[in-house]
This record gives sequence, structure tokens and C-alpha cells, in this order.
Amino acid sequence: MNELQLKVLDLLKEDARRDAELIATMLGEPVEAVKQAIHDLENDHIIVKYATVVNWSKVDDEKVTALIEVQITPERGRGFEGIAERIYLYPEVKSVYLMSGDYDLLVEVEGKNLKEVAAFVSNKLSPIDAVLSTKTFFILKKYKQDGIIFEENEGDHRLMISP
Amino acid sequence: MIKNEEMHEAVPARRDSMSAYLSPLANGIKPSGIRRFFDLVSSRKDVITLGVGEPDFVTPWHVREAAVYSLESGKTQYTSNAGMPELREAITRYLDDSFQLKYDPAKEVLVTVGGSEAIDLALRVLISPGDEILIPEPCYISYSPITTLSGGKAVGIETFAKDQFKLCADELRASITPRSKVLILCYPSNPTGGIMTYEDWLPITKIVEENDLIVISDEIYAELTYGTKHVSFASMPGMRDRTIVVSGFSKAFAMTGWRLGYACGHPDLIGAMLKVHQYTVMCAPIMAQYAGLEALSEHGLEEKDRMIESYNQRRRLVVKGFRDIGLECHEPQGAFYAFPSIHSTGLTSEQFAQRLLEEAAVAAVPGDVFGLGGEGHLRCSYATSVPQLTEALERIGRFVQSMKQM
Ligand SMILES: Cc1ncc(COP(=O)(O)O)c(C=O)c1O
Repeated sequence: MNELQLKVLDLLKEDARRDAELIATMLGEPVEAVKQAIHDLENDHIIVKYATVVNWSKVDDEKVTALIEVQITPERGRGFEGIAERIYLYPEVKSVYLMSGDYDLLVEVEGKNLKEVAAFVSNKLSPIDAVLSTKTFFILKKYKQDGIIFEENEGDHRLMISP
Repeated sequence: MIKNEEMHEAVPARRDSMSAYLSPLANGIKPSGIRRFFDLVSSRKDVITLGVGEPDFVTPWHVREAAVYSLESGKTQYTSNAGMPELREAITRYLDDSFQLKYDPAKEVLVTVGGSEAIDLALRVLISPGDEILIPEPCYISYSPITTLSGGKAVGIETFAKDQFKLCADELRASITPRSKVLILCYPSNPTGGIMTYEDWLPITKIVEENDLIVISDEIYAELTYGTKHVSFASMPGMRDRTIVVSGFSKAFAMTGWRLGYACGHPDLIGAMLKVHQYTVMCAPIMAQYAGLEALSEHGLEEKDRMIESYNQRRRLVVKGFRDIGLECHEPQGAFYAFPSIHSTGLTSEQFAQRLLEEAAVAAVPGDVFGLGGEGHLRCSYATSVPQLTEALERIGRFVQSMKQM
């Protein structure tokens, strides 16, 4: 990845709606070069998707999220990959990380309510042969996600005019 | 026995208004043009402001946290008058690394309450009544009034957009008289964003030398240059001991509210400033000094660079924005201000700024408040978020367009 691509990534990460023209102006680079950089980043799956960060707690929506620590026995030949795949293909699974430390996978699951998440764990996750144990933690409140603070109280407090 | 009437006669006649009690110096100072405009702005809602001379970043958290920690550990006392020794050492290391300026932290550095206090102190210790103080303009609004308050006479030297607001040797020479004593420099410049390079400085150093001037070099925007690296006037050959470098944490470190600055220079000058400082404010606030120490740490310098990169991006956006609108705009090389010309609209800067506020809800500072050469321009700070800048530029564009149609 080149330096321009890195800079483009930084600007898109801040705000995915910025177009090539604006980014080119901000970086002092030709629009064509920025368009090419974005194209390459998308092609190489470095930019995987343009998404919206939603503060769901503000929406009248009773979703619950749980983080589940999962211990597993790795498979001969494939290690953790096969089981990770079996888990992440479930649509209710939002993210899966292979972790160092006391357990192997950290699985983020979203459901309509507590019962639904509990059902997922007991009916889908735990019965997988290689899964040794699970430990479920429900998220009570999100303060910051992906570097974005939800209840930003550090707004612009400057005077309208100053020296 | 003394009669009543006789006693009365001993008392001087009463002054007829409260302002009659003021010294002529204080009475003679006009409120800042920025202030005047401020009153107009604060009466409005939905205004996007480009009128702010301070970063839109909140002080980085690790710096704030260092100050909180200093309070938790009971650091609430006076510090040494010149500032905490470890802060003075950090400042000298930083100036050396960044601008090749070498000072002795024990005798040549004074920590002040903002760069503002440092400028005031420097003028107070240098000026005798009637001395002429040379000030390239447009410039920071305080220089001329503080000069007057110190008993000196401010002499403006005009700089021009066609020279990117650089100080021109000929203009400087033409302004010098036998009473000239101090030259105040401010590059990168508030409000123009102009800078001076090594080559630009050379002829100026000659004039300073020949005329035995002392220089107050306000380098509060030194870190904020885009493309070329800042050249401190004090780093020019032979200029170190003639120059008081004034700087601080407000701009590059996003610490305006902390009131932390410093001055560096010859021990005799700094020593004199220290005396005045000691009797007037004692020392800079201790929590601010701990915060400053953290700001100069490795982590702090990274945060500073991140902010500068962001200003640079917004600078490009704003300059292109003004040019697309059809307003001439020289490319600012430093600070965080653009200074576009509004000559083509036929309005004075005051009229333009006022109508822009009323009709387009964008606040910017009319250039005339910054002195000679400012008329016909508008100071627009780009220390504002990209969406706000984009919206402001759209509004300005529509406003300028609507005037053309009339
Ligand atoms: C050129 C210049 N010098 C000095 C200052 C004052 O800075 P401080 O906050 O350090 O007093 C400012 C603030 O606007 C400035 O623009």
C-alpha cells in the first residue's frame, strides 16, 4: 500500500461519504490519483465496505448484544479456521476474533432480546463438537465503538469570534 | 481653627464622569475591532463561524490527564517565578530540536501566562516614552494597543497580498526614524498566514543590525507551517541576542485556555522581564505548567503533528473554495487563517463581513481591524470541521453570487 492510499483511508475512515474530489482537494493530489487509490483499495478488499455507525440505543429498538468467550479444540490441519467459519456464518454473529489468553474465540452476537441470544448459545454454539465451553457477557451500554464516542460532550465551546 | 470652606478648597474638584478617573493611556485605547464584531455575531443563531483564532481541537486527553493527575497529587502551589525548571528545560530542548534555537534554561527562558503576557513584558521592559515600535501589518490586534499602553508609539508598516504579506525590506527601511527601537515580527502571521523564509529574512537582518533594533519575534504559530519549515528570526546569523522569541502552547498544542506561553532571549532582557513578571503575576499556573510538560513529551508531539496535518487538509479546501467562488486568495503558508480579498465585490471589509453575517449566517473577521493593508480582506479561520467549512464556503459562494446578480 502506498502513502496516498494510507492518507485516503484515514480520510474515508473519518467520513465515508467524502468523495474523491473533496479528498483530492484536502490532500493536494490530482483527483484521478485519488480515484485510482480508492478503486485499488476497494479492489484489494482493503476497503471492505462503507457502513454507518449507528447508536442503536437512541432507536426504539430492543436489540441486545453479547460478547461470548469460547474455548475450542483446534482441528487437525485447519486449527481454528474451520470452527471459526462455522460460527461466523450465522447472521446473528457480528464479529469473531481469535484471541490470545484464557479462551480462543471472542464472538459478538446480536439478538432481539436476551432469550434469543441465550437460545443461540445453547442451541447453536455450545453443541458444536469442538466447543469446550462458553461464557456470555451482555453489553449494557456502549460508550465508544470503532473510535467513535457516542455521547460526545466535547463539542465546540469556542466563542464565535476570538483573536 | 480651620473653617469648613477652607477644608473644601484643599480637595481637588470632583471629576465629572467615571472615565475621567482613567489614565489618558487607558482612556485612549479603543476596544478591539474583533470585540465589536463579536457583539454583532452573538446576537445570531445558526451562524457558522470562521472568526475564531484558536484550534477547534480540545486539548489532547493525555495532556489534560497530566494536569488532572498533578492536581490529584496536590501540586497546587506557586512555582519558581521563571517557571518550573523541568518545563524550562523541556522548552529549550524542544526549541533546539524544532528550530535550532539554543537557550540556557536557567537564564534565558521565562514561562509566562500565555504568549500575551510575554509580549506585554517584552514591550514594557524595552519601551521608553516616545520610542517608536515598528509593526508590520496586517497583524495581531494586540501589538499596537499594548505598545501605546507601554508608552511607545506604534508605527505600522504595510505588507501586501502581492508579496504574500511578507515584510519587505524597502518598506521597513522607509519606516525607520532615529526613534525606532523595536520591531515586532509575527510569522507565520495572524491574520494573513504569511511566512518568511531564510532568504526573506536576510535583508531584514541587515536593516535590524544597521539600525540597532531589538526584535520581538512572536512565533506562536511556528509549528503551523505547510510545506516549508519555519525559520526563526532568532536563528538568523547575528540575530539571537537582538531577539526575544515569544511563543506558547495555545495554537500548536490546542491549549488556549491554559494560558501558558514563554519568552526566550538574552539573559539581560529575560532577567528584566522576569522582574516585572514576578511583581505582576508571580508565576504561570502550576497545573498548566504540568500540562505543558506533557505536551512536549513524545506523545504530545505526535498529537501536535496529527493536528497540523488536519489543518493542512482544511487549508487546501478553503483556498480552493475561495478561488472557486471567484475571490482572490493568496495561499497561506502558515497559521490557520486564510485572508481572501473581497475587493472585487466593491464592499469594504466591514460591510462585507456584516452582510455575510446577516444574509448568509457566516461569521468572519473584517480585515481592517488588523491594521494597514487589511482593508479589502476577510480573515477566515479554517480551524473548523470539514463539514462546517464546506457549508460555510457554499454559503459564501451563494452570497457572492447573489451580489453579482444585483
Ligand atoms: C499572533 C498571536 N500572538 C499571540 C497570541 C496570544 O496567544 P496566547 O494564548 O499564548 O496568549 C495570539 C492569539 O490569538 C496570536 O494570534
